[in-house]
Amino acid sequence: METVKRKLIDENGLRVDGRRPDELRPIKMKVGLLANADGSAYIEQGKSKIIVAVYGPREVHPKHIGLPDRAIIRCRYHMAPFSTTERKSPAPSRREIELSKIIREALEPVIFSEYYPRSMIDIFIEVLQSDGGTRCAGITAASLALADAGIPLKDLVAACAVGKVDGQLVVDLNDEEDKEGEADMPLAYIPAFNAASLLQMDGQLTEEEFFKALEMGKKACLKIYEMQKQALKERYLKIKESVEAGEENQEA
Amino acid sequence: MSITPQTEPLAKIKSKQIRELLKTGKRIDGRELDAYRPITIETGVIGKAEGSATVSLGNTKVLVGIKVETGSPYSDTPNTGVLTVNAELLPLAHAIFEPGPPDENSIELARVVDRGIRESKAVDLEKLIIVPGKLAYVVFVDIYILNHDGNLVDASALAAIAALMNTKIPKIVVGEDGEPKKTEEFKPLPIQDCPIPVTIAKIGGSLLVDPVLEEENMASAKITITITKNGNICAIQKSGPGTFTLDEIVEAEKTARRKAEEIREKILSSAGG
Repeated sequence: METVKRKLIDENGLRVDGRRPDELRPIKMKVGLLANADGSAYIEQGKSKIIVAVYGPREVHPKHIGLPDRAIIRCRYHMAPFSTTERKSPAPSRREIELSKIIREALEPVIFSEYYPRSMIDIFIEVLQSDGGTRCAGITAASLALADAGIPLKDLVAACAVGKVDGQLVVDLNDEEDKEGEADMPLAYIPAFNAASLLQMDGQLTEEEFFKALEMGKKACLKIYEMQKQALKERYLKIKESVEAGEENQEA
Repeated sequence: MSITPQTEPLAKIKSKQIRELLKTGKRIDGRELDAYRPITIETGVIGKAEGSATVSLGNTKVLVGIKVETGSPYSDTPNTGVLTVNAELLPLAHAIFEPGPPDENSIELARVVDRGIRESKAVDLEKLIIVPGKLAYVVFVDIYILNHDGNLVDASALAAIAALMNTKIPKIVVGEDGEPKKTEEFKPLPIQDCPIPVTIAKIGGSLLVDPVLEEENMASAKITITITKNGNICAIQKSGPGTFTLDEIVEAEKTARRKAEEIREKILSSAGG
């Protein structure tokens, strides 16, 4: 079986989907689309599609896992069986268990959990279609869903991966670049703290590349951060419009 | 589902002592911020395993056993052998560990160790194929935590690489009939790198190398940076509910690079033979 490896950067310096190295995939964000959840958000980043719901703060079950000084955060990252080329078993894989933990730890630093002792906040991330960068897009959408739930946040968390393909650093890798490339480094960035709440890396990077990748990652996260704020504004404009329309109806 | 854990209660007087000492650049056990605890490595401790090693990092003690079997390679990688890493946080290692299936902490530990070995290409998996698409060596790396006093990642990864270097696998020849046959001869695993992880914890604004359990329980976050023999970074994992500023990450990377060199020499001199 011979597989010919496709070049990931062409002679014009463009990537497999025609992007420049520092260019994000097209991103769509929507806030507040699930009626039952206290907060929800949907993100499309390239072909990756993720929906997130937040429930809470609500009562802890079982009671003994509650904390006396703050809310506990429960987080589940899960991939739909139909989200990948080969069907993925719906049972949580080791990868999903690890990602649920590090995503929880990426979001906890911005949540004022001390406002809600003995309660819990649940974050459910469902990957509906996976094409790379789903943990990062999941974090981006989860912070929107938390904000939509009205949970006080110190800032939004924006996340994006930086990687190396064909010897060149690129941002926001798609699945092919992640699998065929030489390195992948997901980063979750909190602008208010100028700090990373998630940082992972696999593959190989030199020290110089690593420092450059951090800077590129920060820039990419800041772009995503602006889109997050825009998506939240749109949500509140809609609420405002519906409230005003309701008032007009009452007057009529 | 991942749930905010209950943190081990730490006496206020102890945490205050740790913080006060850190202000003067000292630690509770007298170490410098960038100093490891004494490391001892012993290889070949389990005769029935194809490879094994124990590593002590102060009071943290880890045993790694390697078993090698044959099996079919993964369908998407028909030309490479198989390597799997599993970690057991044994209930005998600490009062907080309960028996049962691996929880998120043991899965994370195994996956961080796995990443360091896999991404550095420490084991040349392409040399572990016997019949392409049909038969390959399957290497099981099982991490056994015997005593937990912090920094399980570094102790486990060092024990894993020491054990892999110590592993001998049976030679298998493919006969003229195409049937693979085990021989009485043994050969070492094809090892081509020696990845070294360095874990750094953050307490307040201080960065501490190789945290003991009390420091780990106080730390807002940890970061493990794994360095190959060529000085490349091959794995990173930030863990814990806090954050690292970008400047702290740069500082941690430089420290990790410096410490990895020192520790690699130790590993190679005690396990390299």
